[in-house]
Amino acid sequence: MSGEQLHIVTNDSITEARRRLGLGLIWGSAAVLAGTAAMQVIQARGSADFGFSNWRPTLYAYVFWAICLCVAQVVVRGEQGKRTLFVLPAALFVISLTVFPLLFGLIIAFSSWNLSSPTGREFNGFDNIRQMWGDPFYWNALGNMIWYVLAIIAEYAIAFGLALLLSGQIRARKFFRVAFLLPLMLSPVAVSWMIGKSMLEARFGPLSRLARAIGIDNPSFFESAWMAKTTIMVLDAWTFIPFMMIMLLAGLQAIPKELQEASRVDGATGWKAFWEITFPLMLPVSITAVMIRIIFKLKLADVVINTTAGGPGGATDTVTSFIFREYRDRSNVGYGTMLAMVYLVLIVIFMTVLMKWAAKYARPQT
Amino acid sequence: MICLFPIYWTLTTSFKMAADVMKGNMIPWPAQWTPSWDWAKNVFFTPKWKGWEAIGLSPQTLMQESTVRAEFLKRFANSAVISLSSSALAVGLGSLAAYGLSRFSYKFGFMKNDDISFFFLSQLILPPVVLALPFLVLYKELALLDTRIGLILLYTLTVLPIVIWIMKDQFTTIPTELEEAAMVDGLGIWGAFFTIILPIAAPGMVAAFILSLVLTWNEYFFAALLTSTHANTLPVMVASQTGSQGISWWSMAALSFAAILPLIVIGVALERYIIKGMAAGAVK
Repeated sequence: MSGEQLHIVTNDSITEARRRLGLGLIWGSAAVLAGTAAMQVIQARGSADFGFSNWRPTLYAYVFWAICLCVAQVVVRGEQGKRTLFVLPAALFVISLTVFPLLFGLIIAFSSWNLSSPTGREFNGFDNIRQMWGDPFYWNALGNMIWYVLAIIAEYAIAFGLALLLSGQIRARKFFRVAFLLPLMLSPVAVSWMIGKSMLEARFGPLSRLARAIGIDNPSFFESAWMAKTTIMVLDAWTFIPFMMIMLLAGLQAIPKELQEASRVDGATGWKAFWEITFPLMLPVSITAVMIRIIFKLKLADVVINTTAGGPGGATDTVTSFIFREYRDRSNVGYGTMLAMVYLVLIVIFMTVLMKWAAKYARPQT
Repeated sequence: MICLFPIYWTLTTSFKMAADVMKGNMIPWPAQWTPSWDWAKNVFFTPKWKGWEAIGLSPQTLMQESTVRAEFLKRFANSAVISLSSSALAVGLGSLAAYGLSRFSYKFGFMKNDDISFFFLSQLILPPVVLALPFLVLYKELALLDTRIGLILLYTLTVLPIVIWIMKDQFTTIPTELEEAAMVDGLGIWGAFFTIILPIAAPGMVAAFILSLVLTWNEYFFAALLTSTHANTLPVMVASQTGSQGISWWSMAALSFAAILPLIVIGVALERYIIKGMAAGAVK
């Protein structure tokens, strides 16, 4: 994975005064941050009024501190610090935007907090967990996620087939690549309207017409639970099969031609050549593609929200869309966050197991 | 065929009258040339600007005042500003980090290079729901709810892992001798980075930028949660129209098409870069 690294011998002489200046920058700005935050907390508790209307001053102080921290790196550590400066901004950015909200989310998760109610946040211990345990819709949504993820197997097979087809033929390749790229570029919201709402419209959508022409009398795509689920899967697949296909195609084109020719000389043809040469060679690429696909699938929400809103009876709900509705209908932040946190834990466990397994599987080939 | 038909359907629907939508006529054809056979009536329809009139973008209404158009343009501007600036921010931060990670070995406490990379990439796994509600509350306190900046920050966060992934791949393919030569000539690390490495890595940056642009332009979930009136993006507008107006097919079709048009243009024009970007992770 990692390529060559730069090794430079540097020889900085950093004076004591410069060092002190740098440290002073860090701690001074940290003091400003702490001071601002403290003043805001005091005001929030109501014991003194400094005239803040919101928490923005703390945010500004935080940004100030972050900048000082970056500058001080160079001041204190010279050449070494300049290298740190490459990674530090991004790291600070990600940490402040994920780690902090996550910790904050943990607090919310254990409380009952209706944003529109005047009483504000109330700590309620494990009530949310208890409520979740008895919430059939949440478990239903989790169950749906399993089906949605399983659908990736079919998507993968189709994508692989298309990639094989496309890698073979040369004519109009540019046209096909653009055509396959387009679904990926389109907004899921527009897609869900275009296909989900208009083309599948039971009375006069073109697909219903087609279904009627084939002989299905009363085509409806969202009435029965399984039909609706399948429709959502197909809609989502429409956007993402091209994505997998492009990755697989890139993989196919990277396979040395000699290998395929050699296998042909040895008499391996058709299926046999595919299973014994192409497929094993494609395994690492396949795993990457499927992994990314799973990650995106676990986030699936906008299509569901906009075509079926989870219906009929929660049959198409994903966890994300369920939490979205849970918040929009009841605006209970606490419960929603708890559901999301549990989901996160499940995903982390699932992905870790999957990655371990995939790493074990991919190793012999590489 | 399967890929292109929905786009075609949307485009043609936006030119249809109600009756044409109901009958499902497929092909636009000027009325005076329509042959008077029976089957022709069911296949051809006369294109009208009805759908585009509804959002004030048809030739007749283009010159007139139109509140819907103003609304649409505002959303469009929001979407453009938000997705462009968050992609730019992500590519900036991401390239720096990716370069650092591909060239130097770091040690922050127990975190080594691989740990740091993993930390960045693990953000991909984090589902947006988990962040959504805490952010809602935080933004409310920070008065960032329904502002462009709020969305920009959040979107930057969501595309950053992808940018870092693509860019790291780019930088590892550039031989280190280039920087070494530059430094012998007296350039510092940052000087070498900006004058030598960045121009070489530019195609990768374009790919990363476009991919982030696509993702942020299309994002719906956060936008729906965190904005209400001022910073609404196009997807939110499209989604809200579905419910509110009954369903006026032609204007919805026009709206959807206008929303996806920029991406179609980008997709056709810069297809090479996008495919390169997506293939970056796949082929090693």
